[in-house]
Order: sequence, then C-alpha cells, then structure tokens
Amino acid sequence: MRAINRKLIRDILSFKGQVAAISVVTGAGGMVLILFATTLDAINESRDRFYQSYNFAHVFAEIKRAPESISDRIKQIPGVNFVETRVKGPVRLSVQDFEDPVQGLIVSIPDGRQPELNRLHLRQGFMPDSGQTNHVVVSEPFAKAHDLRAGHTLEAIIKGRMETLTISGIAISPEFVYQIGPADIMPDYKRFAVLWMNRKALDGAFGMDGAFNNLTLTLQSGADEKMVIDVVDHILGPYGSIGAFGRHDQTSNRFLEEELSQLRIMTIVLPAIFLGVSAFLLNVLMARIIRTQRQQIALLKAFGYGNAEVGLHFMLFTAIIVCTGSVLGVGFGAWAAHGISDLYAEYFQFPEMSFRLQPGTIILAVLVAFGAGMLGTFRAVMHAVRQAPAEAMRPPPPERFTRGWLEQSFFGRILSQSSRIILRNLSRYRFKTSMSILGIGLSGALLLLGSYQFGSVNHMLDIQYRLVQKMDLHLSFNEQVSLSARTELLVLPGVHYVETYRSVPVRLSHERKEYRTSLIGLDENPNLRMILDTHHQTVSLPPEGLLMTLYLADYLGASAGDVIQMEVMEGHRRTLKIPLAGMVDEPIGISAYMNRDALNAIMREGPAISGAWLLTDETRHGHLFEKLWDKPHVAGIGLTSRDESNIRDYIEDTVLIFMIILLILAGSISFAVVYNNARIAFAERVRELATLRVLGFTRAEVSWILIGEMGLITFLSIPLGWILGTGFAFLLNKAISTDLFRLPFIVGPDSFAFSAGGVLLASALSTIFIARKLRRLDMVLALKTE
Amino acid sequence: MNKKPESDSPVFTIRGLTKTYIMGEVTIHALRGVNMELFPGELVVLLGASGSGKSTLVNILGGLDSATSGEVIYKNQNLTKASDRDLTSFRRNHVGFVFQFYNLIPSLTARENVAIVTEISRDPIKPEQALDMVGLGDRLDHFPSQMSGGEQQRVAIARAVAKSPWVLMCDEPTGALDSKTGIKVLKVIEKINQELGTTTVVITHNEVISRMADRVIRISDGRISKVFENTHKVHPEELSW
Repeated sequence: MRAINRKLIRDILSFKGQVAAISVVTGAGGMVLILFATTLDAINESRDRFYQSYNFAHVFAEIKRAPESISDRIKQIPGVNFVETRVKGPVRLSVQDFEDPVQGLIVSIPDGRQPELNRLHLRQGFMPDSGQTNHVVVSEPFAKAHDLRAGHTLEAIIKGRMETLTISGIAISPEFVYQIGPADIMPDYKRFAVLWMNRKALDGAFGMDGAFNNLTLTLQSGADEKMVIDVVDHILGPYGSIGAFGRHDQTSNRFLEEELSQLRIMTIVLPAIFLGVSAFLLNVLMARIIRTQRQQIALLKAFGYGNAEVGLHFMLFTAIIVCTGSVLGVGFGAWAAHGISDLYAEYFQFPEMSFRLQPGTIILAVLVAFGAGMLGTFRAVMHAVRQAPAEAMRPPPPERFTRGWLEQSFFGRILSQSSRIILRNLSRYRFKTSMSILGIGLSGALLLLGSYQFGSVNHMLDIQYRLVQKMDLHLSFNEQVSLSARTELLVLPGVHYVETYRSVPVRLSHERKEYRTSLIGLDENPNLRMILDTHHQTVSLPPEGLLMTLYLADYLGASAGDVIQMEVMEGHRRTLKIPLAGMVDEPIGISAYMNRDALNAIMREGPAISGAWLLTDETRHGHLFEKLWDKPHVAGIGLTSRDESNIRDYIEDTVLIFMIILLILAGSISFAVVYNNARIAFAERVRELATLRVLGFTRAEVSWILIGEMGLITFLSIPLGWILGTGFAFLLNKAISTDLFRLPFIVGPDSFAFSAGGVLLASALSTIFIARKLRRLDMVLALKTE
Repeated sequence: MNKKPESDSPVFTIRGLTKTYIMGEVTIHALRGVNMELFPGELVVLLGASGSGKSTLVNILGGLDSATSGEVIYKNQNLTKASDRDLTSFRRNHVGFVFQFYNLIPSLTARENVAIVTEISRDPIKPEQALDMVGLGDRLDHFPSQMSGGEQQRVAIARAVAKSPWVLMCDEPTGALDSKTGIKVLKVIEKINQELGTTTVVITHNEVISRMADRVIRISDGRISKVFENTHKVHPEELSW
C-alpha cells in the first residue's frame, strides 16, 4: 500500500468517533431515501401492473336503473375503448361466531367468467360456475379477517331477502386495492366485505333484468376523459345517474394516490435534511483536519505530490465516510423497506407487492450521499489544494481577536477571563459558531418535527370525536325516506335521541376547480353533528347558502360570499348557483353543509332524510342492531367509537412508525452534531486548556471553558431549533394534508420541551465524552508544542 | 511588593528521584536518581542537551508529572505523595511557569492573560503592575496577535509572576526567540529574581545563558553530572550567542 494511503487510514482511525458519527448520519440519509424511494417504487409498480393486467376501468358511473341497450350508445362515444355494465348494490352479511353486523357491497360478474374490466385476481378457489345463483367470490381481506375459505358459507340479506351464499373463491380487484366501506374513512376488514356474484342471480335480486345500475369503461389512449364523462353523464342523466367520474375520484385509487403523494414528499424532504446535516458535519471536520495538517500538506507538496493528488487524498477521506454511510444506509434501508412492505400489504391489496431494491435506487442514494459529502468538503479541500508549499510550511498567522459589543457593555466588565475566552472564541469564529448553532438547531428541529405529530394527531381525533361527532351510531339509508322515520327510530330499544340528515352527492365548482363531495343537510342547530368555526366554536347553519370545510374552500379558491356552482348528482340533476355563507373547520373529511330545509327545497322534495345519528344505550346494542337490520331502508350502521379506534390504529401503524424512525434518527443526529463540535473544540483548544492546567486551573475550571462554550452554543441553538422545527412542521403539515384528514397545526409545549430535552441530552452525553478526554489531558504537551 | 524572605532552608529538596517511561516496548530512564536542593531567591540554570532529562525534572518540580521513585519536598510538603488536587493548588499558588512557546491565550489581551491567573490565586499583584514590571505597561490591551514574540514572552513572564510565586520555572524561555529579543527576556527574568526574590529555574541547552545564574546544574543522561556556583555572575545584556 502506498504510504499516502496508509496515512489516510491512520487519519481515519484517529478520528474514528467523528467518522462513525458522520457515517451514521449519512447512512440515515441513505436509509430514508432508499426506504421511501423503494416503497414508492414498489407501490407504483404494483399498482401499474395490477391496473394494467386486470383492466382497471378509467371511468365509472352509477345509475338508478338504465336499460342495457343504452350501453351501445356509450360504446359509440369517441375515445371509449370498452364498456361493461354491472349490477351493484349493498348487502348485509352475518358471519358465524361474529356478533357485529357486516356491511357488504355486491358486484355482478358475467355469468361463469371473469369480467372484461376490473378483473379479479383469484387467491383461492374458482369463479362461480355459470348458472350458479348462490356462489360468490369474496374479497381477500374480509376472508382473512374471518378466516373464511372456499366452500364456507355466509348468510346474506340482499334486498330484504335472506340467502345462504357459498364462497367459491377469494379474490382481490384493482377496484378495491384500498378496501373501504362507503361511509368509512378507514378500512374495517371485519365489518366490510366486497362480494362478486353472477350477473343473472343479481339481476333477479335487484330487479335489474335487461337493465344495469353501474357502468365502467376504459378509454383509448389519448382520449379526452373529461369529454367522455360529460357525454356519459348526458346519456345516463335521465336514468338517475349520480354523475360519472374518472379514476381520480374513484375511492380506492384516490386513497392510493394520496399515499403516493405523501411518500413522494417524504422521499425528498427527509433525505435532504439528513444529508444536509452530514455535509455540514463533514465540512467542519475536514476544515479542521486540513487546518491541522497544514505542514504535512506543505511537506507532501515539497516532496512533489501534485495538487490533484493532495486534493484526492482528502476527497478519499470523505469518500470512505460516505461509503461506510452508504453501506449502512443501503443495508438498513433494505431492511426497513422490507418491514414496511408488510405494513402496506395490510392496507393496500395487490396481487404481489415486490419490495425489490432497485439498482437504480441504490445508485441514486449513493450518488446523492456522495454529492452531499463532496459539497460539504469541497471548500476545505480546495483550501488544501491551493496552499502554496512554502506558505503552508509556516505556522498559520496568529488568530485575531477583538472585543465584541457585549463586552463593552456593563455586562462585559463583570465577566471572568474564562467567560471572556468563551465569548471571544465564539465571536471570533462567527461562521463556525453559526454553523454549529445551525447544526444543533437543525437536529432540535427534527426532534420537534418528529414529536409534534403525536400531539397533533391526538388533537385532531379529539376535535373530531369529542367536538364534531357526538353520536354513538350513525345510520345511512338506501335512499331518502320521510322524516317520519325519526319517530320509528326513537322507539327502538336503547335509543335515547335521534337526529336526522339529508345527504346529496354534488359536484361543486368555482372558477376552474371542481370537487365531488356530499352536501349534508342538517338541522339548524344540530346536537350530534356539530359544525365548528376556525376557533372550534359551534356555529348554527344559516337558513340559506352553503358552508364548506376550509380545505375544500381553499382547493376551490373560494371565500365567504363567493357564488359556488353546484351540480346536484341525484334526482333531477339540476345545476344551480349558491352563495358560500361561510367556512367550517373540520380535521377529517371534506364535506359541505346546508340547512336541511333549504336542501329539501333545492331537491324539490318534502322533509326527506338520508340517514340518522343516534344516542344509544351501549348495553342494548345487540338488540338494537337486530331491530335496525330488520328495517329495509337501513343500508349501513356505523359505530363512532369503532371509527375512532380504527383511525387511531391506522395512524399508529403508519404515521407514528415513521415518526418514531425519524425521532431515533434525529436523536442520533443531535448527538453526532454536538459530539462532533465538542471533539473539534477540544482538539483545537487542547494546548490552551493544558496551559491553563499548568497555570493552576483545576479540572473543573478548565472544563468550564470547553463545556461552557458547548453549553452556550446548545443554549442558543435550542430556540433556533424551535423556530426551524415549527417551520418544518408547518410545511410538513401542509404537505401531508389530504382529503382524508388534516392534522391541526398545533405545536404544544411538550414538543418544545422534547426538542430542547433531546438536544440537552445529546449535549450531556457529549459532555461526558469530553470530560473523559479532559481528565486525560496531558499537561506536558502544553510546554512543548507550538 | 516584598522580596521573598531569604533563609537557608531549601525551597526544594530532591532525593533519589527517578523517572521511567514506557514508550511502546522501550523503557526510557529519563531520570536516574537525582539529588539536589534549590534555595530561596537563587537563580539556577539547568543545563543539558535535549533528551538529558532536564524537562522531566522541571515537570516533576512544577507538579505536572509524578516521579517513579524518590522524593520531592517543597517547603516541608512532600509532592511525591500529593493528590491531583494538591498539585493543582501547588501550581496555582506557588509556581509560575514560562514556556518556550509563550502559551498565551490568543483570545485574551495582555492584561487579561495575566488576570486569568491573578483571578484564581491567593496573593496576586495587579495585572497592570506585573505588566509594568516586564516593560509592557503601554501594551495592556493588545491581543497576542498584535505583539512580537519577545513581547509575548514578557507577557508570559508577567503572567507567571503576577501570582507572587515562590518558584519561577522557565522552560527554554528564549528557545523561540532571536538572541537580541532573548536577552531582553532574560533581563526581565533577572529583574524578577532580584526584585521579588523568587527562586528561579531556567532550563536551557544554551551554555551562554548559564553565565547569568547563581548556580548551574548540568544534567546529562538523567543524572546530575556537575554543579557549580558562578563566582562571576554576569548580567544578561553582557551575554551574546
């Protein structure tokens, strides 16, 4: 081995603590990049493959009832590739040994064969034979949740008729990658199922002979989706269509897209933070090494080593750190990605989710890590390259110090000399000091970023489930019923109070933006479903006009007083203009609200309702559910407490796991930054400290100079970390706001305390390391070295 | 400022002092049984080539290092058995050090470099007074980077004497200076020795400097090879090298 390379290895060994710390931070950057990029890649690829091989439709339409012949007209629409009509409807199921009611969605398949569009991926068993009227394919997550297999039976009530269904197969479909009930925001595999059944059997049950109530189609490449949707709407309008929509508004696909966009943000933001910190640490370390090796560099040059060789020598130092970090990052990234695949497999149903570590991803991670490393060391290395040998042989010019403004004040006069040393060192090396403060501040910011979500999530769920939704049960009906149904509900066992609502699918548009959602008509002063303003105060519904969630108003670019165009997607399908009366602040869901009487008037109907909210006696739920399921118009029963626990589980599974990973990494960064700073401060000050020991300073007094400096930097960096962290949290909060939920931007005192505590802990650990070094300080060194 | 009282009882009594270092696989005998005494107010030059053991001896006398065997008695206090805390207190209150490379704190002015010691010692003189004594009364607020090497070494001497030490240890005080500047520094050391009566030990490999000493102790190979008193002690300005 060449002597210069031996020097490199020994240099690395002599800085092993710092090299390890920086490698870990670089590795953390690589790890998060690989983790998120691989996850993103895997989901993207699984989705594309699934959608393509199983002919996931492009456009979907639901109709009350349309004659089969209409589908020919739709096939004629320019750009349409393939059209398939279906019968689809709600079903109630009961599973053996499972008390709770199960809601299902039953979808027709052509007799005895796979559909052309939205084909099923059979996991087990077969498609129902042609002519079979009670064979079904059930969705895999539901089957798994109840341990159902081909051959098992289910009791089902289809349109009021009890039937015993035999499971012929278990499958997943591109239409239900994210399998969620119509009124749910979280999957509940035990209580929601998708079933596929022969079309003939369903035609009979739903009274759809020669007709259909659901249509899906694919587009030719390059077709104008919007135009096709408009024509489909025009054709199906008279048959009670609630409006055709594209993949973008398809529930499962939409959740998938949301997840992907969050992952995309994480893939960029997190690695950028970690690699930024590692570049900063490398910068500090290399600048220090090159400063102390001034004379060695001169010597190498005097011996005839070229500038390029000298530059390369120091670049290799960085390269070795980056390589070590990359190996760690790739290893842990692959491991974590594998672990996360299980998590995703639970929420997204793909035929296979291959978490393959793509060579491209590894190359990207390593390149980005190298880029960051080289960027961090470039300045210091160029300094070494540019040094003229003769100049470098001389000791560096003495450092110049001045008295700062602080010392010229009254405060300055009472300072001890040790404190003066601290202050002057910090102000002499302003750039280095500010970089140190920034570095530690960044790690404090990460700690805050990692911790604030815990509080935020809780706050969000508290608002939703303590302030907004106060009902115990929510019922949805198959179609609107008369308000008199309220009285029927009130007499049911265990029901204390009933409040009703009307819900109508609408398409809201303002200027060029539009959004499909439900418009909910409520009592003027609802007691079970509160409408909150931005201060979380209850507001009453104005007699006229619309209220909408802030997120939706933002999306539409509308503000109070604007006129919103509203297309009613049910019944007469009118389009009307309606003023936006105000905004409501809800963390979960995107809805619009209106006075129920006004909505009934718009719908040109009497006092009709689409569902009800109930306060009930929980001990009598069993009895109550039985009675409710007997009512033909009840399509779904939801338990608020279960919704809450489902969403809490989901958040714990996903968001919080990421946050815990982030916290661990942020903690290690804090330590790496503080420790690195302390080591360098120690190395640079060792002679000065030894001198003071010789002059009669005690260990404690000498330690104060170093530890006081570290302490002051830490002290200054804590509020900076708070400010940066609050900023990051704000941006992240904006970035991960989705239709599904929006975390309120709440940074509580506990997050600030956590951030400060983490930084202080890292400082305390570093202090212990440095104190050990100070104990072994060699005083004789002070006498001899220059 | 009072001259230290002279008496016949020695400030330091050293008996059978040895020091061995283990450097990897080699054992180095830096001191091989040194016996000597230092008396109040005398100016002693410890003369020896590099590696002779003179620095090791001064390090042990100054409480920076401990002996392998033997005894160092400082005014009835046995330093060989002193704890780290006692040695720190000894350095703080009794010994002044002057280093070859000055070892000033670059972030402190001349005055503050002296004050850093006076602030912690029991019976200090004022930093201004100490700096005045070394001829730097007009450079109080200069930082080390604004002073020449000779000036910096004089600040270091002021710093060493400002605590009113009993002993002043100067390790190659002129080693980093040209001869003209070196002589200026030696003049200051002589002045301190005479005016304050501080026992002064100057370590050097420079034979010429030994002419200003009361007593010269020559060390070679870890032993005292020769001790003699200068009958004709000369002033530093008469020296040249």
